[in-house]
Amino acid sequence: MKSVWRAIGTPVLASLIAIIIGGIIAAAIGYNPLQVYGSLISGAFGGAIPLGNTLAGSVPLILAGLGIAVAFRAGLFNIGAEGQYWIATVAAVWIGYHFKGMPGFLHLIFMLVVAMVVGGLWGGIIPGLLKAYRGAHEVITTMMLSYIGILFAQYCIEPGGPMLEKGYQPQSPAVAQNAWLGSIIPNSQLTWGFAIAIVAAVVVWWILFHTTFGFQLRAVGSNQFAARYAGMNVPLYTVLALGFSGVLAGLAGAVQMLSQDHRLTQSFSSGYGYTAIVVALLARNNPFGVILAGIFFSALSTGSQNMQLVSGIPQSLTDVLTGLIIFFVAAERLIPMALTWYRRRKSGRLQVSLPEGGRTDG
Amino acid sequence: MTHFLEVIDLKKHFPGVKANDGVNLTVKSGEVHAILGENGAGKSTLMNMIYGLYQPTSGQILLEGKQVEFSSPRDAIRSGIGMVHQHFMLIPALSVAENIVLGDEPGGIQYNRKEAVRRVQQISDQYKLQVDPTRRVADLSVGLQQRVEILKVLYRRAKLLILDEPTALLTPQETRELFEIVGHLKAEGIPIVFISHKLDEVREIADVVTVMRAGKTVETLPIGDATPQDLANLMVGRDVVLRVQKNPIQLGNKLLELRGIHVRDASRHERIRDLSLTVSEGEILGLAGIDGNGQSELVEAVAGLLPTTAGSIHLAGQDITRVRPFDRTELGIAYVPQDRQRDGLVLDFDLVENIILRDFHKSPYSKSGAINYRAARAYAERLIREFDVRPADADRKAGELSGGNQQKVILAREVSRDPRLLIAVQPTRGLDVGAIEGIHRQLLRLRDNGKGILLVSLELDEILSLSDRIAVIHDGRIVDIVDGDSATREQLGLLMTGVKSTAETRGERV
Amino acid sequence: MSVLANPQLWFATLAMATPLALPAIGGTFSERSGVVNIAMEGIMLIGAFFAVAFSYWTNSAWLGLLFGMLMGGVISAIFAWAAIRLAADQVVLGMAVNIFAAGLTAFLLDTVFGFNGTPANTPSLPTVHLPWLKSMPFLSGVFNDQSVLVYIMIVIVIVSHWFLFYTRLGLRIRSVGENPLAADTAGLSVSRLRYTGVIIGGLLSALGGAYLSIGILHSFDVNMTNGRGYIALAAMIFGKWTPFGAFGASLLFGFATALGIALQSFNVSSNLLGMLPYVLTILALAGLVGRSTPPAADGIPYEQHR
Repeated sequence: MKSVWRAIGTPVLASLIAIIIGGIIAAAIGYNPLQVYGSLISGAFGGAIPLGNTLAGSVPLILAGLGIAVAFRAGLFNIGAEGQYWIATVAAVWIGYHFKGMPGFLHLIFMLVVAMVVGGLWGGIIPGLLKAYRGAHEVITTMMLSYIGILFAQYCIEPGGPMLEKGYQPQSPAVAQNAWLGSIIPNSQLTWGFAIAIVAAVVVWWILFHTTFGFQLRAVGSNQFAARYAGMNVPLYTVLALGFSGVLAGLAGAVQMLSQDHRLTQSFSSGYGYTAIVVALLARNNPFGVILAGIFFSALSTGSQNMQLVSGIPQSLTDVLTGLIIFFVAAERLIPMALTWYRRRKSGRLQVSLPEGGRTDG
Repeated sequence: MTHFLEVIDLKKHFPGVKANDGVNLTVKSGEVHAILGENGAGKSTLMNMIYGLYQPTSGQILLEGKQVEFSSPRDAIRSGIGMVHQHFMLIPALSVAENIVLGDEPGGIQYNRKEAVRRVQQISDQYKLQVDPTRRVADLSVGLQQRVEILKVLYRRAKLLILDEPTALLTPQETRELFEIVGHLKAEGIPIVFISHKLDEVREIADVVTVMRAGKTVETLPIGDATPQDLANLMVGRDVVLRVQKNPIQLGNKLLELRGIHVRDASRHERIRDLSLTVSEGEILGLAGIDGNGQSELVEAVAGLLPTTAGSIHLAGQDITRVRPFDRTELGIAYVPQDRQRDGLVLDFDLVENIILRDFHKSPYSKSGAINYRAARAYAERLIREFDVRPADADRKAGELSGGNQQKVILAREVSRDPRLLIAVQPTRGLDVGAIEGIHRQLLRLRDNGKGILLVSLELDEILSLSDRIAVIHDGRIVDIVDGDSATREQLGLLMTGVKSTAETRGERV
Repeated sequence: MSVLANPQLWFATLAMATPLALPAIGGTFSERSGVVNIAMEGIMLIGAFFAVAFSYWTNSAWLGLLFGMLMGGVISAIFAWAAIRLAADQVVLGMAVNIFAAGLTAFLLDTVFGFNGTPANTPSLPTVHLPWLKSMPFLSGVFNDQSVLVYIMIVIVIVSHWFLFYTRLGLRIRSVGENPLAADTAGLSVSRLRYTGVIIGGLLSALGGAYLSIGILHSFDVNMTNGRGYIALAAMIFGKWTPFGAFGASLLFGFATALGIALQSFNVSSNLLGMLPYVLTILALAGLVGRSTPPAADGIPYEQHR
C-alpha cells in the first residue's frame, strides 16, 4: 500500500501545489482564483458535452503517452512522438481515401494497422537501429525524424503537394466515411477512440508486466548490463522498445484523425506528442496512470477555453500550471525536506537527516 | 611521540544501522597504525568521518590535541589529513597532473599546466613515486593509479596519511612496492593509518594495530604482542578456520576447452592471444593474474559476450564458438559476474524477477510469452530459504539488500539452474567472513557434485584455498598452470608478472 | 554553385547558427558540470521575452539584454537548485522548465502587453558594419550588418573553449562532471561548481533567446524559439560537449537552413528543403560522428551521506 500511495501521492500533491501557485498568480494580477478555476472545471467537466470533449481530447494523449512510457520503461527517451503521430496520420489518410470500396470495419483496421506500422518504423525502427548499431542518441534521432515527419505531412498538402484535394482548402480528401470512428456521446467529440485508448492501456500494462517481452524490455531499461549478462539481446530490445513506442504514437494519430478531422488539414501544431511526454512523466510510466494523466491534461486544455471566455484570464495559464506540476513531480523531495526543516526549526536542535538508502559498506 | 590524532567514543548511526558505535583510537606521530577488521566492521565509516565525508552522530575527533569538526573533506584536507580510498577517487578522463593538483591548481584564473607537471614531477622524485604526470589516468595500471592517489595526498602536504584497503587490487609485487613507499613516508615522519582486513599485511607493515568489530574498537596493541590467531579471534569474535576443508578430487571428463582463442575487447584491442585452457568436471580451476590482464575478456568470451577472432571454444565436446550467449546459458554455463550490482542484478527488480532473470522464458515461469508469476514466486521463495537470503522477502527490490545478500541471490540463481560449468569472477569481493565461508562452501559443493568451476579472483588466498589447479594469466596468455595444493604465493606472484619460474612446475600441462 | 558563392547564403548561415550556438554552448557548460540540461528551449523563451520587455520599459536594448539574461540566470538557478539540492530527475525538470517558460511568456505577453503583442517601437540591438571590409565584397557580404550578438557569439565560442580547457575553474567544472566524488574528496564544492555550470548555461541560452527577440527582430511572439533549444541540444551532443564542436554543429544546422531558404527560389518545396538540416544531422550521426560520449557523471545527482 505504501508504494501505491507513493506512486499516486506525489503527482496529486504536486498538482495541488501547482494549482495553489496558479491561484496566487491569478489573484496577483487581479483575477478571482475561484472564478478562474471554477470556469476551468466547468469547461472541462460541467455537463455531458464538456466531459465528452475532455475525454475525447485525452485519447491522443493517452495513446501517445503510453508509447512514451514504454520507451521510458526501456530506458529510452522518445521525444519525437509528434512526428510519428503525423507521419502515421498521413499514411492512414492515404489508405483512407485510396481504398474507398472496402467494408468499413476492415478499412478501419487496415488504416490503424498501417498507421501503427508506419509510426513504429519512423519512431522506432530507424532511431532504434541508429542507436543500437551506430550509437546515435535516440533523443536526437527521434527529434530529427519528428521534424522531418511534420514537414512531410505539411508537404503532402502544400500547393502542388501529392495529397492535396482539388479546391481552395489546403487539405487532403476525406477518408471513407464508413470507416470513421463513431460518437459515444452525441454532439460531443467523444468517439469509440476512447475505448481504443483504454484497451490499449490495458494491453500495454499486460505486455509490460506479464509477458517475457515486457520483462526483457524493463530489464534492458533498468540495467542493460545485467540484461546482457542474462543473455538478453540489448540492441534488439532497444529497437523493439522504440518501435513499440512509435506504434502507439502512430495509433494515436490514426485514431484522432478517424475521430475528429477525417483528413489532413493544416493544423500540424497539435502538440500531442509533446504533451504526451508530460503525461507519461506524471503517470510515472504506469499505463493506468497514463489514462488518468491523459484525462487530467486534456481537462486542463479543454477547460482553459471556457476559462478564458468566462474569467478573461489567458488560456496559457494552464501551461504555466503544467510546467509547475511537472516541476513538483520531479522535485518530489521538496515536501519531505520542507517537513524536516520545519520540524528541526520547531524542535530547535540539529538533527542529522539522511536521504533514503543510506547503506554503508565497510 | 605525541598524539597526532585522537578519536574518542565516536558514533555514527544511519537509519537502521549503527555503522560506528563507540570508536576510540590514538595515532602517534611517526607510526604506522593498522586498523584491522572484517568488511562491515565500520572501518570505512570511521575513516570517512575523520575525512569529513560523514558527520559523526556523537563523539570527538582531536587533531594535535585540538577538537575538530569537519563539515567536508575540504576542512580535513586543510587540517592536513590525506586519504587514499579503497575505490580510487580519480578522474580517468584527466591527466595525472590534473588529478593531483585538482582543488589546489597552480596559476591564477588560468590553469598553469606546465607548473602543475613540474610540481608533480618534483614530489614524485622526492618520495620515489615514479609516474608520468602527463599521461591520462585512464591509461594507467591499478598500481600506478594508487601512486597517483598517494601523490595527491602528498601534494596537499598531508600530515597524516590514511590508506583504506590499499592492497585490495594490487599484485604481490605492487604490494611490495607500496610497502616500500610506506616505509619512505614513515621515515619522513608522516603517520600512516593503514586499514585492512588482511592479517599478514598488517603484521608486516604496522607498528600498532587496533582491531574493530561490529562498529566498535575492540583492542589496540603493539604488533609484536599479537599472534595471527589472536588477531583473527579479535576480528571475528570467535575462532575461525583459516583453511578450507576440501574433499579429494574426483576428476571427470573435459568440460570446457579453449583452443588457441584470440579475443578483442570492446575498443578492438587484442586482449587474449592464442590462449588454451581446459576445465574438467569435478575441479575448480583458479585463474590468477593481475587485474586487467585479459581475465574479463576471457570470461566474456566463454560466456559469449565477446566474439573470438580466432580459435575455438568447446563445451563437453560441442563446438560453441559461434553459439549465442543465450544458448550457451541453455547448454549449462552459469555465471557469477565480478560487478554484481552492474552485471548480476537488476536493482530495480524485486527478488522474484531477479531470480528468474535467466529462466523467465522457460516453463514453468512462462508459457507462450506470458510470465507465470505464481510459479516464479514459489521458486524464488524456495531459493531465498535455501540460500538464507535476508531479509527473506521476495517482494524486496534487489537494490535494498546488502552486498552479501545480493551475492547470495546471484549465486542461488546460477547454482540452482544446475549448470555444468560455473564461471565465478571475484565471487566474494567486499563480503564479510561469514558470507565468504558460505559462498566457498557452495562452490566446493558444486565441485563435489561433478561440476566444473572456473574461479577468477584477484585474491590469491581465495585462489590458493579453493583451486585444484591454478592457471596464471599475464598479458592475455596463460603463463603456466600449477597444482593447487603445492602452489605458493611467491610462485604465483612471480608468474603473474609474466616470468615463468625455472623451478619445476608440478601441475600437468594441458 | 552560384548559390554557394552567394555571400547571402553564408550571411544567413551565420545568422541562423547564432541562436543555436549560444544555447548549445550553454548546454555544454551545464552538462560538463554533470547536470543534464534539456531546458535550453524554455530558458531561451524567458530570455527572449524579458529582453523585449525590459528593452521597452527601459528604452534601452542593452539593458533589455542584461535583464533578459538575468531572468534566464534566475530560472536556471531554480532549475539547478532542484537538480542539485533536491536531486530531482534532470530530464523531467528540463521538460518542466520548457513547458513553464512557454506558458509563462505567452501568459505575460497577453496580460502585460495585451492583444497587440510587444509594442512596435521597442528598441533593438545594433548591427555591426565594418567599413574596412568594403574591399572584400564576399567577406563584407557575410559579416557586415550582422547583429552585434553574432560577434559576441564568436567571442563567446573562443572564450568558452579557453574557459573550459585552460582555466582552473574550467578544470574544476569538468572534474565534477566526470567524477563528483573524486572532486569532493579533493576538496572541491560539487554543488557550487554545478550551480556555476548550470547558471552560465542559463545566461548563454537566454542570450540566444534575446538574439531572436531584440537581435534580429524587436518583438516577442508566442513560442518564437520554435524548437531551437532542442536543436541546440542536438548540436551540443553532435559537437561532443565542446564549445567549438557545438559551434561547428550549429553552423552546419544554420547552413542547411540557409541553403533550404536559398533553394526556394528554384521552386523547390520549402517543406522538403526544410528537412535538410534534420536529414543532415541523422546522416552525420549515422556515419560521421559515431558514438559521442557524454561526461561520465552527466545527469547523476551527487548526494553525500552526511
